[in-house]
Amino acid sequence: MTDPVLSVRDLRIRFRSGGRETQVVHGVDFDIRGGETLALVGESGSGKSVTSFALMRLLPEAPRCTIEGSVSMGGVNLLELSERRMAQVRGPRIAMIFQEPLTSLNPVHRVGDQIAEAIRFHRKMSKADIRARVIELLTLVGIPDPARRMHAYPGEMSGGMRQRVVIAMALALEPDLLIADEPTTALDVTVQAQILELLRQIQRATNMAMLFITHDFGVVAEIAERVMVMYAGRIVEQGSLADVLSNPRMPYTRGLLASVPRFEDAGLKTGPLGTIEGFVPSPDNLPAGCSFHPRCPHARPGICDGALPELAAHGAGAHLVRCARSDEPAFGAEPAEVS
Amino acid sequence: MTAIPDPATRTRFAIFRGPRVRKFMRHRLAMIGLLTIIFLTLACFFGPYLLPYDELYIDLRARFSPPLTGSHILGTDPLGRDIAARLFSAGQISLTVGFTAMVLSTLIGTVIGVVAGYFGGWSRIGLMRIVDAFLSFPSIFLMLTLAAFLKPSPTMITLIIAVTSWMEVARIVEAEVRGQSSRDFTAAARMVGAPHWWIMGREILPNVIGPIIVAATLTVARAILLEAYISFLGYGIQPPLPSWGNMLNNAQQYLDSAPWLAIVPGVAITLAVTSFNFIGDGLRDALDARSVQ
Amino acid sequence: MIRFLTHRTLQGIVLILIVSMIGFTVINLAPGGPLSQYAMTPGMSQQDLDRIAHQMGLDRPIPVQYLDWLVNMVSGDWGKSYRDQSPVLDVVWRHMWATLLLMGTSTAIAVALGTLIGVLGALKRYSVFDYMATVGAMIALSIPTFWFGLVAIFFFSLELGWLPAGNMYTVGDQSFSDYAIHLIMPSIVLALVNVAIWSRYMRASTLDVMDQDYVRTARAKGLPRWRIVSAHIVRNALIPMITLAGLQLPTIIGGALVTETVFTWPGLGRLFIDSLGYNDYPVIMGLLMFSAILTVIGNFLADIGVALADPRIRLG
Ligand SMILES: Nc1ncnc2c1ncn2[C@@H]1O[C@H](COP(=O)(O)OP(=O)(O)OP(=O)(O)O)[C@@H](O)[C@H]1O
Ligand SMILES: [Mg+2]
Repeated sequence: MTDPVLSVRDLRIRFRSGGRETQVVHGVDFDIRGGETLALVGESGSGKSVTSFALMRLLPEAPRCTIEGSVSMGGVNLLELSERRMAQVRGPRIAMIFQEPLTSLNPVHRVGDQIAEAIRFHRKMSKADIRARVIELLTLVGIPDPARRMHAYPGEMSGGMRQRVVIAMALALEPDLLIADEPTTALDVTVQAQILELLRQIQRATNMAMLFITHDFGVVAEIAERVMVMYAGRIVEQGSLADVLSNPRMPYTRGLLASVPRFEDAGLKTGPLGTIEGFVPSPDNLPAGCSFHPRCPHARPGICDGALPELAAHGAGAHLVRCARSDEPAFGAEPAEVS
Repeated sequence: MTAIPDPATRTRFAIFRGPRVRKFMRHRLAMIGLLTIIFLTLACFFGPYLLPYDELYIDLRARFSPPLTGSHILGTDPLGRDIAARLFSAGQISLTVGFTAMVLSTLIGTVIGVVAGYFGGWSRIGLMRIVDAFLSFPSIFLMLTLAAFLKPSPTMITLIIAVTSWMEVARIVEAEVRGQSSRDFTAAARMVGAPHWWIMGREILPNVIGPIIVAATLTVARAILLEAYISFLGYGIQPPLPSWGNMLNNAQQYLDSAPWLAIVPGVAITLAVTSFNFIGDGLRDALDARSVQ
Repeated sequence: MIRFLTHRTLQGIVLILIVSMIGFTVINLAPGGPLSQYAMTPGMSQQDLDRIAHQMGLDRPIPVQYLDWLVNMVSGDWGKSYRDQSPVLDVVWRHMWATLLLMGTSTAIAVALGTLIGVLGALKRYSVFDYMATVGAMIALSIPTFWFGLVAIFFFSLELGWLPAGNMYTVGDQSFSDYAIHLIMPSIVLALVNVAIWSRYMRASTLDVMDQDYVRTARAKGLPRWRIVSAHIVRNALIPMITLAGLQLPTIIGGALVTETVFTWPGLGRLFIDSLGYNDYPVIMGLLMFSAILTVIGNFLADIGVALADPRIRLG
């Protein structure tokens, strides 16, 4: 196997505001290889965006936010780089597409200039070459009449078009790793499908690694090779697409899957409305033991509310599960009591 | 604490409860300001009893004495009057003018703001347009014009300052009231047929009192400054009555020979105004509804 | 955009009308009124006064006088100065340049310094610098402009002898450097308050922009820090400042008035104070109107400036 493009070890993130400190990510480990897509799923507030921002060091500066652990790329721990060196990583090595297509572009600059800017500060290229590259990129992401549209301001474009501009910007330097934070959630279904298709094509052409954040398993099934499920700042299940989607061992993953209409037919037990009861716990008030146990239909007192379960291998492969009961033989078949 | 106050249990003037007072006390600059103002007020109103001279006593032999000559701690003016004595009695006038003008302009501003914000519609547009008009030319022009034609007694100066300083309060109150009028308890009061004045006075006003207090504090600062401006230009408090502003009136011509004439009253004005601005800042931090959970 | 500007023009006209009514009423209802200057002349009988009042049209009802004045004003006849009978518009025009020069220089200083302090304060929030800037601004806003002028004259003219204590030029010199040297102190004194105001607003505006998603996008592109700050933070944070500049005009004009007095600067502020001394009503009224018109024009230019700087408004 090739070396990973990026490997994250024991990533911990804390925010401080008004003298109070809150840890929102509690020791996350993962690797991503070239050409591979790793999906990161979880409910809103589970820490997906914060994790991805930490990889690019886009979180607030030191006193307001502390990042610990390591994020290595080519043998260098990005967390230890100076801000100046880090700026050289952002763009050519790691690029990002953000969750909010409507606000991610500066409203007072033309979109073409904003893409050109991404190139200009990393490559010595003539103005004309940059312009040609911008047009090429806009064409690539499917914006019609790019020579004209590059002069438009973000306010003159629809959300879908703006997201394509952000994608063009992220792809401008052909990064080794692309982080896509719910790039399609804010968009309607047809646009969503086009953008996924686009990302897949580009990935095939450039052998780019991709960290794809979403809470939509439909999208996961279409795009990812491996899946990582996050809950309350921890990875709770990780494995190949087949492992996680067809043989989920963590009740939280099952709950998430059950809330996707197309997986209901797969014979999975769904809750009353196909959603998980209750709410994601607040990061500064996590329950003892397994963070999920208050909401878990399989929770057993004395087992689940005691020690925090390890993220342990399940079976022979690379399928990892953080659940105290995942190895109980009957666990998979046992019907969940409806609460 | 719930986000929406329940009309039945809502405490009137909830703003004065413990946490806000403590928050204000922790604001170091505001405490410095408060102590300075207390000190200045005491000095101005009781200081004269401790001095051997009164502010009108003319001693032509002691003209232009620099500070610390004999018993003239702050020196004397061109007529040989004791500057410390004049400074204190000027302070009585300047502080009183500033404070009274604040009360008046806060009243005017609050009434106009509450009416505009509560009734909305044309009355709002009309009143706010007048506010804009007052804000759209330098009020010092209007103030000087008024002062030049009306007899500039301390009362008149107070009125003139009040008449040209109410707009900030009106704006703030209007914006706050507009927010409050749409809240549930106002609608409820209206439903049970409470008269407008009752709703405005008993339901809305207590909820906008915080911003009013902050604006009022800053208005004292502004009023003291304005008095100084007009008196400096010769249209304010008229000699022999001293005010901090008119003490500076002909200080410029003696700047070379007797700089203390200019420095002493200016320091007093700056100290008083800075203190009120600090207090206002502390009150804003403490009373701002958004900053205390 | 056109509709917006039309609307703003109408608003401006209404404002100027209200200001003129307030000013006219104040001047004409004041005890003494425009006649007071004659009343003080020895040997004037009541009959003489009535005759003069009739000649000047002062015996008509105030609204009639106002309409008359308004019609004349719109047609460019702002009356004649009581002092030397020259047309008010000419008098204002003659003194305007000195004031515009002072205000322009001072505003340039205030904008440059205020922006710098505000941006640095926001970038280094809660640092010692930020704290000092905050406290410094509060103190600067508390110092009477005229007193600051006096203190400056004391130190820089009288004690150190570096700068002239007043006037716009030295008689007989009037070279560029002579003007410049006379301009330094008054424009800095006048700028003080505005540096304070500007830096506070700029700090708030910058903090606001720093939290925007597009700044994170700019960082994710790997731009150097200076570029992020200049092209994405300051560039956007300045937009609301243009509006502020328009709204601050009355403060600057008011400040210019006392600054001109202290520094014997031959501008509109000095003219106003002198005219008050002479009860020169037409000039006083003219200056009131002029400052209102200047403010309206300033706000109008600010609206256009915002539209030019912000495509959302220009195209929306
Ligand atoms: N700047 C910040 N300061 C303090 N807390 C923060 C900050 N940013 C995020 N958080 C907290 O971190 C937690 C994780 O947030 P995050 O945005 O990563 O969630 P997410 O998984 O991306 O959710 P979504 O699906 O809604 O995007 C939340 O509890 C959030 O309140
Ligand atoms: Mg997110």
